[in-house]
Amino acid sequence: MKLKKKLAISDTGFVFDPHSGESFSLNETGTEILNMLKEGKSQEEIMTHFLENYEVDNDTFERAYMDFIAMLKFYNISEENEKD
Amino acid sequence: MKKTKITVAVSGLNNTDNPGPGIPVIRALRESDFYDVKIIGLAYENLEPGIYMHEWVDKTYQVPYPSSGSEKLLQRLEYINSIENIDVLIPNFDAELYSFITNSERLKNIGISTFLPTLKQFEERHKANLPEYGKKYDVLVPHSRPINSLSEIYTLTPEFTYPLLVKGKFYDAFVAFNPEQVAQHFNKLVSKWGLPIIIQEFIRGTEVNVIALGDGKGNTIGAVPMRKTYITDKGKAWGGITLDDEEMLRLTTSIIKQTKWRGGMELELIKTNENKYYLVEINPRIPAWVYLAVGAGQNLPEALVKLALGKKVKPFTSYESGKMFIRYSWDMIVNLNEFEKLSTTGEL
Amino acid sequence: MEKKIFERPLIKKLQTGMPNKFGTKTEYDPITDIDGVAIKGLMAQYGSPLFVISENTIRETYREAYRAFSTRYPRVQFAWSYKTNYLSAVCRTFHQEGSWAEVVSGFEFEKALQNGVAGKNIIFNGPDKSTADLTMAINHGAYIHIDHFDELFLLNELADKLQKKPKVSIRVNMDTGIYPQWSRFGFNYENGEAWEALNRIMLGKKLELVGLHCHIGTYIMTPTAYGIAASKLADLAVGLASKYKHNISYIDMGGGFASKNTLKGAYLPGSDTCPSFDAYADAITSALINSSISPDHIPMLILETGRALVDDAGYLLSSVIANKRLADGKLATIVDAGVNILFTSFWYDHKVTPAQPFGYHTEDMIIYGPLCMNIDVIREYISLPPMKKGDHIVISRVGAYNMTQWMQFISYRPKVVMIDMHNAVHLVRENEDLSYVCQLEKHPEHLNDIKPL
Repeated sequence: MKLKKKLAISDTGFVFDPHSGESFSLNETGTEILNMLKEGKSQEEIMTHFLENYEVDNDTFERAYMDFIAMLKFYNISEENEKD
Repeated sequence: MKKTKITVAVSGLNNTDNPGPGIPVIRALRESDFYDVKIIGLAYENLEPGIYMHEWVDKTYQVPYPSSGSEKLLQRLEYINSIENIDVLIPNFDAELYSFITNSERLKNIGISTFLPTLKQFEERHKANLPEYGKKYDVLVPHSRPINSLSEIYTLTPEFTYPLLVKGKFYDAFVAFNPEQVAQHFNKLVSKWGLPIIIQEFIRGTEVNVIALGDGKGNTIGAVPMRKTYITDKGKAWGGITLDDEEMLRLTTSIIKQTKWRGGMELELIKTNENKYYLVEINPRIPAWVYLAVGAGQNLPEALVKLALGKKVKPFTSYESGKMFIRYSWDMIVNLNEFEKLSTTGEL
Repeated sequence: MEKKIFERPLIKKLQTGMPNKFGTKTEYDPITDIDGVAIKGLMAQYGSPLFVISENTIRETYREAYRAFSTRYPRVQFAWSYKTNYLSAVCRTFHQEGSWAEVVSGFEFEKALQNGVAGKNIIFNGPDKSTADLTMAINHGAYIHIDHFDELFLLNELADKLQKKPKVSIRVNMDTGIYPQWSRFGFNYENGEAWEALNRIMLGKKLELVGLHCHIGTYIMTPTAYGIAASKLADLAVGLASKYKHNISYIDMGGGFASKNTLKGAYLPGSDTCPSFDAYADAITSALINSSISPDHIPMLILETGRALVDDAGYLLSSVIANKRLADGKLATIVDAGVNILFTSFWYDHKVTPAQPFGYHTEDMIIYGPLCMNIDVIREYISLPPMKKGDHIVISRVGAYNMTQWMQFISYRPKVVMIDMHNAVHLVRENEDLSYVCQLEKHPEHLNDIKPL
């Protein structure tokens, strides 16, 4: 999973995609994941981080993560033709 | 003379091709000789142009739609008031009037004054009540009758002559030239708005409008008649001219006197070739073309603010006829960070 | 270090827009308890889904309604509408408050008797009253509200047969300026049918005419319609007094008051637009007091309002079964309460609130029930915070009609609990199980043997 390079993520959870001109809003966990993805972190690294810092089990996180990633793809925020 | 500083909250900042009255109202208040106004914009959506027009709006807050319940709206207003100390609130959307009218006491208790029609005045002038309204206040209104089934279409003549208007319970109106077309519109409207369907006499003539302000005691504080000179494809005025028309003024003061109308209003009338005036709608608020009235000599928003604050207001006695307004559009340049700030914090 | 609460990550496209009439709705604050009882605990103990009834809300609402009428009119009597909710615990709460019973079938009549209501405090309405039902009602001295001429003739026959004088009223339907006009029940006022029925009763001398009844419709938002109805009934009462020197002892205005639920398609929420009990009371009592009824014979005012008294007291608790993305990217949340136990979701946009704290962000979603049927939709469009499997939701204002119109379909109907005035929880209806569902079934003998499949 690779994000578009020029994606601007602000601390307030506002995301601007200069390529499409679309803006998005994220909640706190969404912002955190998106920032980690932007830093090039892998799914495993993100998962470990969340399991360590949040009240969440493996399955719950994985399901939520899958849905989130699907939405990133739906909104075309990930790099085109990317395999993850 | 030193101007009094007051804070006025205004909604309807959607200065688009189907404009809300917010910006024209603000413009009128900025020209006041009595008040030095701080304007708090209340916005429902993030692209209402007024939000970004900083020379007119000092600060904007997003507010929840009335459809989410007046409790949520009031909580938000209480929060805004705790920061801004609002003196007067002027709501400019039809959809929010009910909530503000029913909660005006509560707003008053936290120091926010409004000047709105009473609930009775507001309910009475609804489209569906127009025939009774006409009878009660001695105003010509188009003849209309609700129908509940297709079979009633063949009982419309000779009561009505074609063409006639077929109207939905809440919105939409179509002209029909024969029973088949009535049936066609009937089915369409029923599926959208339910029963009954309202059949209304089609009045041929020119649409004319009056903007007026009633003091709630039966006095007309101001009134300016206007004819639209250019109408957009959405049916909105893009140009208009003030009229010298005694009959329109008589009609307006008569309605305001009888109903003791409180607040701003707009009468929509059809003037026939025989010089008869039919009332087709009463909008219970200041219309978007209010600035024409200001230009013609009647600053009605300023007068409304005075009334809201309990001040005595002398009625306007004249206005200039033949004043025109011509609307235009203008592209503002807005930085993304402004949009971001509003979208994420709800304030700008 | 304490771990942070995990909220499902969420990304939402910012819709750039101008205000329109139909803005988004969000229900912001979680409901974590009902009358001080934690929802989490309730569901752990009694399962999911679960109906919860607040005794406190019932009593408070009843007292508010009673106050509105009794401060404006000298003689007021409420009669609990059994069809709205005939769980014994609910009926008995109303009876303790002083409500009579208003029933519309032999079954409801028997249930009212079982709840300890005396026949003379039962009002028997409805178009379907069998010979056996009417015999029971006459023998118990109940008030029979006649719906049609066939019933009137049958009552005359039974009066002869039982050698008793049944106490009757007629139900009157009329034009009160509202749409639709309910003309299928009772006798019409405008076309003279009501007078014909009254004349037959008075001249026949076999029945004792005690009252006049109307019930103008359901979910009526305009109190003035009740004022018109009350005036018309008062006119009949005045006519009876002058023509027959007969004074009726009560006027029954029926029910139909709106509740705070939001009807589908309504722009403003019901909590903003629902008229208060005071508004209804004002319309009805001023019409009666300003009528020509002689002050010496002021009839008792009976009210059969159901929905407005019990809707707020009922909650349906449910759990998230799953989340899924529909083909258009829209979020669908599936919960374990379906339309078979929440009939009212067909005409209301029920308030749905998460039962656990959540953040500021919300997402547009559709809420489906658990049935394998396309019609099983609890909310077509709602903006809620993201929820995880196992999270709980509270569906509010479900006290009216759901616990009487619910269907057993592909699963068992859930438990119903009542929280009493001291915040103690009581099971008032057990959940169904296989033996309950099958106990009325039989099969022919030749179907006894099933070879192991």
